[in-house]
Formats: sequence, structure tokens, C-alpha cells
Amino acid sequence: MPENKLTAELISFIEEWKEKEGNLIMVLHKVQEHFGYIPREIAFEVADRLDVPVAKIYGVITFYHLFRLTKPGKNQIAVCMGTACYLKGGEDLILEFERLLGVGINTVTDDGEFSIEAVRCIGCCGLAPVLTVNGKVYGNVKTKDCKKILAHFKGK
Amino acid sequence: MAYKNYILVCAGTACESNKGKALYDALEKEITEAGIETEVQLVKTGCFGFCGEGPIVKILPEENFYVKVGPKDAKEIINEQIIKGRTIKRLLYKEPGKDSPSDDIGFYHKQFRIVLRNCAVINPEIIDEYIARDGYGALEKALFDMTPDDVLEEIKASGLRGRGGAGFPTGTKWGFSKAVEADQKYVVCNADEGDPGAYMDRSVLEGDPHTVLEAMAIAGYTIGASKGYIYIRAEYPLAIDRLNLAIKQAKEYGLLGDEILGTDFSFDIELRLGAGAFVCGEETALLASIEGKRGMPVPRPPFPAVKGLWGKPTVINNVETWANIPVVLLKGSKWFSNIGTATSKGTKVFALTGKINNTGLIEVPMGTTLREIIYDIGGGIDSGKPFKAAQTGGPSGGCITPEFLDTPIDYESLHAIGSMMGSGGMIVMDEDDCMIDVTKFYLEFTVDESCGKCAPCRIGGRSCYNILDRISKGQGEPEDVQKLKDIGQAMRKASLCGLGQTASNPVMSTLKYFEEEYRAHIEDKVCPAGKCKEMLTYTINDKCIGCTACARVCPVNCIDGEVKKPHTIDQKECIKCGQCFSTCKFNAIDKG
Repeated sequence: MPENKLTAELISFIEEWKEKEGNLIMVLHKVQEHFGYIPREIAFEVADRLDVPVAKIYGVITFYHLFRLTKPGKNQIAVCMGTACYLKGGEDLILEFERLLGVGINTVTDDGEFSIEAVRCIGCCGLAPVLTVNGKVYGNVKTKDCKKILAHFKGK
Repeated sequence: MAYKNYILVCAGTACESNKGKALYDALEKEITEAGIETEVQLVKTGCFGFCGEGPIVKILPEENFYVKVGPKDAKEIINEQIIKGRTIKRLLYKEPGKDSPSDDIGFYHKQFRIVLRNCAVINPEIIDEYIARDGYGALEKALFDMTPDDVLEEIKASGLRGRGGAGFPTGTKWGFSKAVEADQKYVVCNADEGDPGAYMDRSVLEGDPHTVLEAMAIAGYTIGASKGYIYIRAEYPLAIDRLNLAIKQAKEYGLLGDEILGTDFSFDIELRLGAGAFVCGEETALLASIEGKRGMPVPRPPFPAVKGLWGKPTVINNVETWANIPVVLLKGSKWFSNIGTATSKGTKVFALTGKINNTGLIEVPMGTTLREIIYDIGGGIDSGKPFKAAQTGGPSGGCITPEFLDTPIDYESLHAIGSMMGSGGMIVMDEDDCMIDVTKFYLEFTVDESCGKCAPCRIGGRSCYNILDRISKGQGEPEDVQKLKDIGQAMRKASLCGLGQTASNPVMSTLKYFEEEYRAHIEDKVCPAGKCKEMLTYTINDKCIGCTACARVCPVNCIDGEVKKPHTIDQKECIKCGQCFSTCKFNAIDKG
């Protein structure tokens, strides 16, 4: 795998935010938006450019749920575990995906195609239970729909 | 130029994600093809609130309210409704249990909209539409006709209290910051809506972003701050886009930035994104996060109003609170304080979800009863089964049981019955919901979200969760009930911040009203609601005709039997998913 490098766009973003107070989280968001996660070598580069200790960066990354330290699957399945979705069977959807994919939650399948995670309320409670694949929302999902959803994204 | 017709299309998150965007595009295409662009205006609006029935389209001036509209309906809407002027009956909303549709929708009857006044009315991406609805009029009034003291008095007199949950009087909070001398002060909007099952802040930001900007500027003028931050969840991309656009437009119009409306008052607003930490809804943790640090709370006092962001006086209010401010100034504190109860003024927005017919976002005057919300607005329980409880206040709240259906809802009354207003999530549960299961769900949430700084929250939460987990697996012990009560009390008294202090509320509240259910789990090893999987067994009774439907859906192939002969379930292999139970048409599968 080629080593991850800061792109020109990321560098200019960091420069733009460098002098602003409280910039770290905004910079990390931008990094994750680009790579899908926060690669170790990039965390070191960010530390250099913002002049903050790497320990502080990792402190922030590990504190917040959204930041990832490992690369997610090509297709990211996120099952909403807000209260409404939970009551209407969100957990069953996770179990079904785990069974179909043969991997546990927060893990990537061996072929790198899918990863599955439980997420906080995404605010579509009227459509519960809800899940998203690569940001596309599926509402009123039943366990028997899971297979179809996977088939739709497989290999794409 | 006036248009003959207006087509309002909901562009809230729930509708957009439900093919609402494709619907909008399809309508646009049909309008162009029919060549009636000059007669019809297509308007993308904020949330109508009736999310369970989305995507929603409203036709003006006919006031036709169409529900569950898909892209394929676009042609008919243009040809029939717009060109021929005929109502499309099949798209009208039908009340549950009624045969014919009507325009008169019970969902909206008892609602009263202050916070959501512009949602579903204006296009949130066009500042002129906000201005046309008296937008920025309150800021203008404050800047030209009122002194900062006048504004403060007006907010105090209105009786407005924080809508984020705790209900602290907004005017008092502003007063603290105003009274402090400092070279720099800040105004912050808490849009880190973390309560699972509440999304009113998101809808306001998506449907009416300018109202928050205007209100923050008013607060800036009042307390003497020149800088504002909106701390918003990164999970709300649409709201972030609309806010960015709104800030840009407001600056172009001279309503934000330097020398607003030609006065010497300057105020600027920036966004800061959250990163998925529920504790950041706590104000000191939120400030730490804006500063780019781990979102850990610190003891109060000093309160942020005195010593907040970067040590400077900071007023923090929740989105819903902000959305009230312009109305309070424009209509006056007297008008506002006439709405609601003796101690709670104005309205409250609730996200009504769960086992209810009409799910969605509702705004009602304080003092409305739960019965009115669930039966008149919500249309009753969707499963037709008896109402068991409504949960308010999310992971920090508690349950309201049937005996309290007629309690007028305000901050004090909810507190008195062991729940809380919270940010406004209201989850309706029926007989099929197990209170231990729900409580375990909330505890799992708070354990996961605890920042770990103080022991009562970190260790107490985990201990409670472990006990609940045991109980749900049929391994509960009689002394568990008392243990839960003791730990819960300790957490309330000794935790550092609101998260820990309230994390045991779901436990305490369900223990108070549903102790029987706990006992059933612990002593009889039975889950009365049939939800706790480890206690369930599925068996096939003699009604089975051998249709094989269950064997075909079983994901682990643990159902055996010949065609047209009774089947059996291999209990060792069964994962208790319940798919056989819901598939069987002959009531031949027993759950118990």
C-alpha cells in the first residue's frame, strides 16, 4: 500500500486554520473526509504542522466516536441505534448483517468490501429502523431486506 | 410577479432521504416540459414535521396536503393538480381508521408553532424568504429601538427557559454574562443534538437557519459579544450546508459581520463541528471541544456565563431556545408569557416516535397533556396494543406511565413524576416493549458516552449496566433491585456533570413504575414483553400444517420437518431471531 501523503488541498486547509484557536478537530475532520480514517503518518504530519504533540492528537481521535484509526470497508453500512430504531428492531439488522457478512461490528470483511457499524441517531426517526450505506438512507428496513442491500453494493 | 401556484416540497432529512430529492427533480422536469415555469413556483422547504408520512408536498393556494409522494407522482401532480386544478385524492392523507381522506389533519390540530414557525413555509436557502416573514426584524428592533438592558428585561419578562433540557431561565443566564466586565465575550449555539430519538434542532437548522443567526446576534448585542460559535454535530451535513449558506447570505446583506445595519455593533459567527460525543452536549464539555480538546466537563462554578470559552464570559443556548428569541422580541414578552403554564412559558417541540401512528416533529404549548399528544396528535398506538409508557428526556430521562396521561407537561410536572423535559425526544412504547431492555439500551449508551473522568459515572454506570445485562439474561438475583437503587443514588449525588448525574434516571424511573417487571425477570425468569431473547424459546405447536414457510426463512436452518407434516425447531441451533414467528400464518409457533 502506498504511503499516505497530505494532499495540496489538505495542506492549504491546515495553513488556513493554523492560526485559529480550536482548529484541531476541524483539521482532523478534513483529514478523515479525504482518507476515510486518520492514518498514523498523517497524524504525525498534522502534529508537525500545527505544532501540537502527537499524544494530544491521539487523545482527541480516541475520545470522539467519529474519528477512525483504521480504514473502513469500501461500502460502509451504518445501522442507526437511536431509541426509535432500537425499539423497532435496529439490533436485529446488525445481527443479520453480522451473520451475512461473517464479521462482527466495527470490522471490515476480508475482501475489504463492507464494514458495519452502529451509529447514533441520524434523525430519521419517522422511518425507523434506518440504516445508511455510504450515506444513502434506507428506511423501514426489515431483516429480510439486508441480503438485497448487500447484493446491490457488492462489487461496485 | 405572482405565481398562480406554489408547490412546497419538504427537503428535511427524513423526506430527502426518502426519494424527496428525486421527487423535487421530477417535479422541476415536469414543470419545464409543460412550459409553465412562469406560473408555478417550486419551493424547497424545511421539515413539515409529519416525517412518518413523507415525502410531503403541499400545493398552494389550494392547501392540498399530499403524503408519501414519490417521483412517479410528479407527472400527475403537474397535469391534474396544477394544469387541470383537480385534487389528487389518492395522495391526500387518510387518518388511521377512516375511509376517506380529508384536508383536516388531526396531527396539526393541537399544535402551536413558534420555534417551527418558518419550517415548511420558507425556502431555507433564500434569505429574502426569511426576511419576508419578519426575519431580522427583531435584530433591527433591538439595534435601533432598544438598549441592551431593554432586550435583557424583555427576555427575562418572557419567562423563556432553556430548551436543551435543564430549563434554566434564559434571561438570567444572559444577565450573568452581561454583568461581567471582559474584553471579549462569546455567544454559543449548542447544536450537538445527541439524545437518540430527538431531531428538532436538526429540523430548525435545516428549515430555518437564519432564525438562529439572528437570535445569536441579538444575544451578542445584549451581552456585548462580537463573536459567536455554532457547535454542530458532524452527522448533520445538510444542516451544516444550510448554515454555511445562511451565514454567507447574512454577511452579504450586512446582517452579520462588521457594523451591522450601519450601527457600530459587529458580530460574526463561525461553525465548529462535533465529532460524536454525547457528553459534549454538557456545556463545559462543549466548550472544551470548541477549543479543540477532548470534550471533558469541568466542575461548575464558575459557570460558562462568567468564565467560559477561553476563559471568557460565554452564553450558551440550545437551538430551540435561540429560535424563540426573535419571536419574543417581535411579539413582546407579554404575548409570549401568556402561552404555557405558570412556570413554563411558550411551547415545546417534541420528536414523537416509537409505536405511534403519526411519527414526526410536533410543537405544542407547554401544559399540553400526554394524552393529547399521543392520541390527538399522534393518532394513538400503531400496533393497536395498550399504551405502556412514554419515555422523555432520553438517556437522562424517565418514563411516563398511563396513570399520568393527563398530567400537563412542563418542566416541573415531569420532574415530579421522575422524568424530565430533556431536549424533547418522546418515545412511545406498547406492551411489546420490555422496560429492562429499554433501560439496558440507555445505560449502554451512557456507559459508552461517559468521558471517564469521574468515578461515579464511569464505574457506577458500568455496574448498573452489568446488573441489567444479567437480569435480561435470566441470571438476575433478588438483591439486584436494591443494588441498582443504591448505585443509582450514588451516581446522582456524586457525578461531576449532568451526564453522570442523570444517567441512572432511566433505571430509577423504571424501578419505580415497573418493579413487577424486574421481579418477573429475576424471580420467574420470564420477560413479560417477550423481548429479552435469552429468556425466549420458540416452539411449534400442533397447529402446524407443514407449509415449510418457517423452515425457508430460518437463517440458521434449524427448523426440520417433511412437507405437510408438523415441523420442529432445534433449540440448540435456534438464534431466536423470531423470523419463523412473524412468517407463520397459522399461529403454529409459540413464543414464551
